[in-house]
Order: sequence, then C-alpha cells, then structure tokens
Amino acid sequence: MDLLQFARGPGLAISVAVFVIGLAWRLYRIFRHPAPRDFSAPRRSPSWPGGLRAVFSKMLPPGGVKIRGAQMLNAYGYHIGLALVVFTFAPHIAFVQRYTGLHWRPLPDPVAFIATAVAILGLLMALMYRLTDGVQRLLSSFDDYFSWFVTLLPLLTGMALIERPYYPVPSIAPALPTVPVLLAIHLLSLELLLIWLPFGKLAHAALVFVSRWRTGIDFARKGAAV
Amino acid sequence: MTPPDFDFPGRGVERPAVRYDKQGELTDSERVERAMQAFARDTTRTVATYLESCIRCGHCAEACHFYVASHDPQYTPIWKLQPFRRLYKKKKITAQELRDWQELIYDSCTLCGRCTLACPMGIDIAGLVTRARHAMFAAGLVPHELHAVAERAEREGSPLGATPKVLKERIEWLADEHEVEIALDRPQADILITLSSIEIMKYPASLVALAKILNRMGASWTIRSDGYEATNFGLLSGNSDWQREMSLRMIQAAIVCKAETLVLPECGHAYSALRWQGANMYGRPLPFRVLHISEFLAEAVRAGKLPLTRLAGSITFHDPCQISRRGGATSAPREVLAALGADLREMPSAGDANWCCGGGGGVVTVHRADDHRHRAFELKMAQIDATGAEHLATSCSNCRLTFDDGQAHFQWSKQMESLLELVADHLAPRAA
Ligand code: SF4
Ligand code: SF4
Repeated sequence: MDLLQFARGPGLAISVAVFVIGLAWRLYRIFRHPAPRDFSAPRRSPSWPGGLRAVFSKMLPPGGVKIRGAQMLNAYGYHIGLALVVFTFAPHIAFVQRYTGLHWRPLPDPVAFIATAVAILGLLMALMYRLTDGVQRLLSSFDDYFSWFVTLLPLLTGMALIERPYYPVPSIAPALPTVPVLLAIHLLSLELLLIWLPFGKLAHAALVFVSRWRTGIDFARKGAAV
Repeated sequence: MTPPDFDFPGRGVERPAVRYDKQGELTDSERVERAMQAFARDTTRTVATYLESCIRCGHCAEACHFYVASHDPQYTPIWKLQPFRRLYKKKKITAQELRDWQELIYDSCTLCGRCTLACPMGIDIAGLVTRARHAMFAAGLVPHELHAVAERAEREGSPLGATPKVLKERIEWLADEHEVEIALDRPQADILITLSSIEIMKYPASLVALAKILNRMGASWTIRSDGYEATNFGLLSGNSDWQREMSLRMIQAAIVCKAETLVLPECGHAYSALRWQGANMYGRPLPFRVLHISEFLAEAVRAGKLPLTRLAGSITFHDPCQISRRGGATSAPREVLAALGADLREMPSAGDANWCCGGGGGVVTVHRADDHRHRAFELKMAQIDATGAEHLATSCSNCRLTFDDGQAHFQWSKQMESLLELVADHLAPRAA
C-alpha cells in the first residue's frame, strides 16, 4: 500500500471515525450534565424561536456593542473563504461524490483560488492578532495555536497540488494529479484536521449551535437581549 | 511574547498584588476542595456548554466597562472564569489562584451581562460569574464588606439594618411627616409591596411615593414585616442558601396575605433574584405574579389608572442591567416616561446595550474597587453628558447609590432621580 492508498483508505476511515466518535464524545460531555427545570413564569412562550433567532442573529455583528472590528472582518473573510474552498471547488465535490455519491454544481476554479488566498491571508492575520493583541494572547493556549496550524495546513498542501485548472464539470472526477504523494499529503493534512477537530476549539463548528441555542431559549423566556 | 502553553494560558502576564479577604480558618487544600465541590454542583448542562464553547476571540473585552476603563487584558470577561474552567476540566488549581481571582470575580464584575451581547458564541459570562461566586463563597474567599452585609442580611433580615422594628418606625414617621397612609401588615391584600433596604435607609421618599401612587389607584396593598426585604445579598455574595431564605420570606408573605401580585422595588438584582430565580428557589411555580415597580407603573398607565401631569424639561433614562438587558423589562420605564410626556433623550446604546453604572453585583460595597469603579463610571458620565438632558432617572436604588457616589467623587452636576418618585410627583390632581 502506497501513501496515497493509505490516505484514501485506512487513513480516511480512521480520521472520519475519530471525528464522528470524538464529536459525539464532546457533546456527551455537555449533555450528561443535568438541566434543571425552570419554574419561573415565562415572559415569552414558547422559547424555542428565541433559540433559532440566536443561532442566526449571532452570525451578524452585535448591535449597540463595540467589538474588535478588524478581527471580526478578518474572521468573516477566512470563514467564508474556507467554506467556498471546501464546498464549491470541483475536486472537493468529486471527492465527496466518490465516497457518498452526493454531488452538486461547483463554482469556477478561480473562485476557489481567490477563496484560498483570502483564507490563507485571513489565517495569517488571525495569528498576527492572536500574538499581538493583549487580550487574545492572554486567552490563548496550545489549542488555539495548534487549531490554527491544522486549519492552515490543508490549504497550503492543497495549494501545492494546483498544477492545472479543473473545469467545473459536475459529477466527473478529475484525473489523478501528476504527483500522487502531494495529493496524499493533502489528504493526510485534512485527516489531521478531522482528528483534532472534536478535541479542541475547532469543535465550535458544532458547539456554536448548542451554545447560541441555549442562550437563545433561556433569554427568550425572560424577554432579555441576546 | 507569551509562548504557547499547553495548559495554563497567560502564565507570563504580571498581575499586581491585590489585597484579598478570607473567611474561616481553612487550610489551602480545604478551600480548593470546597470550591471544587461547589462548582461541580453548579455544573449544569448550560454551564458545561459555555465552558466548552469559548473560541478565545476576545470580543467580550470591549463590552466590559472594567476592561474599557483600564485596557488591562486580565479584565476580559471570560478570563475571569479561568480557574473555574480548569476546575470544570478536572485540572488542579491552587488556593493562591482562587485568592488572585477574588478581585476579578467580585470587584470587577457587576454581573451586567453586556459581554453576552458581544460574544459570537452567546456565552452568558455573568451567569458563569454567579456560579464562580458560589465556589468562592464555599472556599471562604469573599471580599469582607460584601460578606459582612450578606451575613447581616441573613442574621437581621436586612443588609443595612432595616429590621422589622426599624421599618415600622420609619413607616410611622413617614406616614406622619407626609400625611400619607402606608399600609403595613394588612392580613390580606391584592398587592404585596416589597422594598430595598437602600430605599428604607437612604431614599425613604420612595416609600412615600409608593404609598401615594397605590392609594391614588385605590389599590388593595400592603407591606409585610414578615417579607419586605427584596435585596438579596445571598445572590450577590454567592451563598445560595441565604439567597433561598431571603426569597422564601417574600414568597411566604405573599402567600399568607393572598396577594395576586408581588411588586419588586427599584432594585435590579432583586428582580433577577425573585422574578427569574424565585420560583426555582421555591421549587415550583409561584402562585402570584412578580412585577418590577416599573412594570407595575407601566401596567397602571396602560389601564388608565394613573393620570399624570407633564414632566417639564428633557430627561435621559439609565437602564438598570438586571431589569432591562437581563430582565427583559426594557420597554416598561419608557412607557411610563411617555405617559409623563417626557422629552426623552436616549443615550447611545440605551436600552438593552446600555453601559452599566459600575456598582451592581455588589461591587459598590467593595471599597478597594472604588478606583476602578470610578473609572468605569466615567464612561457613563460621558454618555449622559452627551445627551444634554436636564434630568436623569433610573429605576434601581443601587444604580442611584452608585450615581450619588460618582456625583460626589467627580463633583458632577447631574443628580440621579427615581422614576417612581417622578411618577408620584406628577400625579394629576383629583377631579373635583
Ligand atoms: S457581566 Fe458586565 S461586568 Fe461582568 S464581565 Fe461581563 S461586561 Fe464585565
Ligand atoms: S467573546 Fe465569547 S467566545 Fe470570544 S473570548 Fe469572549 S467568551 Fe470567548
């Protein structure tokens, strides 16, 4: 078995398993704690629309409260960049299709290239802020730096693969790139990301829904501001 | 540059030596053990969610008046929970860390909840600080002024010595002086009025205002000497048994006099304690409604029971955090001000995003916090001055106390007024 076969076979299987089981474990760590009943008379009932509202409204900058504007703008940049690269780049869709059969229409390659550039620059800026902003530096630990590293890595290893353009042809997997070892490294960097995600701050990809939902419903009950 | 640290971020940050207080003669390991047990008891699903979810973005810092007034990263809201995050993760902490954090947990958090608005993950940091205070109380590490008033409230029924005897004497004196009937200890009434001892001892005109308004409405009401104190220093200091006892006194009094409505005074944390936590202390839904006085006045205005004359001059309103942002009653005082025909000049970020006065959460009782609190108060003064309003009102006597202190400290021209007293002063004359 060569490196690419490993990355496509057992490597992928193990990392996806760790990802799924790890995330389930992380959520179990939260949900095993008791949720005492609230007997107060609600101002608003039912409160679940408040949960839904918080999940979405917290995607936008808060009203009335100043935040770290440049950092927030940068965070929008690399989150959107990452989402575009992951979900709209033809080879990534082909990859998903190979394992699940699911596919959708990709965007032209240049979109992914620009998105990658934005994401990489954004992540570099994020690291700069983390190292220079007194508040972020104080709060940061190994998790923050390692999570940053494993997010950047697949972008860099992916960049190394771009030798020729892929045209947006839905449901056709591109031919194997000329250097399989580079593809293997790219895949392995993704697998590292999958393995780390449940255990560090990257789990916010899932926890963001739990946390906003919780506050949303508790505060909607009181009619309080989220 | 602080190197990445596997376990304890920010170890390289210098912290100034701060005086700390302690209660009891416990060993360090006993203190840590007690804090750990208390925090474990408090770790509900919500607490666990929040402690797992922080992405260390730092946005909450800009929302906190104690950070903005100092630009010192240690006042970042979520950093105030650092040892407790470690307790949650079953990591070792030391008694020294708890002592170091006393200043962050008590002196530098008014539980105002402004940071929650800024947090993209929606983490309710004020709720976590309340839990951390339980742990600190259990460890015997509470600032001594706050502990002393909480202990006095537990012993005497009032943190400021407004015992039932003092209350009775004050009511007799006020009733006589202002020729107004103040209902005390009626066996049955529709409305149970509760008070803040700050009002009883420092702003007694509030009691007169209440009586004038309720009598004018022809309401069936009473104050009860077996359950009048609405301030809750059990909540602020971190002793939930004391919190429960204070709440149960009012709840029992309301049940005994068969009240349909319990009205809370102009006090922010009293609203949190009874309106939102009272039923949970009681263990089942309360058999009566709980309203803040501003909600009660707004209802009366809406029902046409409170004819008012016009308030001359412009006014700005300071939202008490626990009633507006965290309590959900932001519109009530504005309805009342509209009924007064007031020329309301709102501050920027008025309402849900208002800046705290800096004295809530028991901070105003902690004298070593005065300097920092005054610097935070400057934010508030600047906002108020910018409105150009002639009058300034609020509906929390603790905010009022903080404003009076700030006014004296800065020799500021603005005098905080009470919404309740403004209403009483503008009752329309009875039709002949
Ligand atoms: S609750 Fe208020 S005082 Fe406490 S940390 Fe948050 S913003 Fe600061
Ligand atoms: S704003 Fe929220 S997520 Fe960001 S550091 Fe503060 S508590 Fe953590």
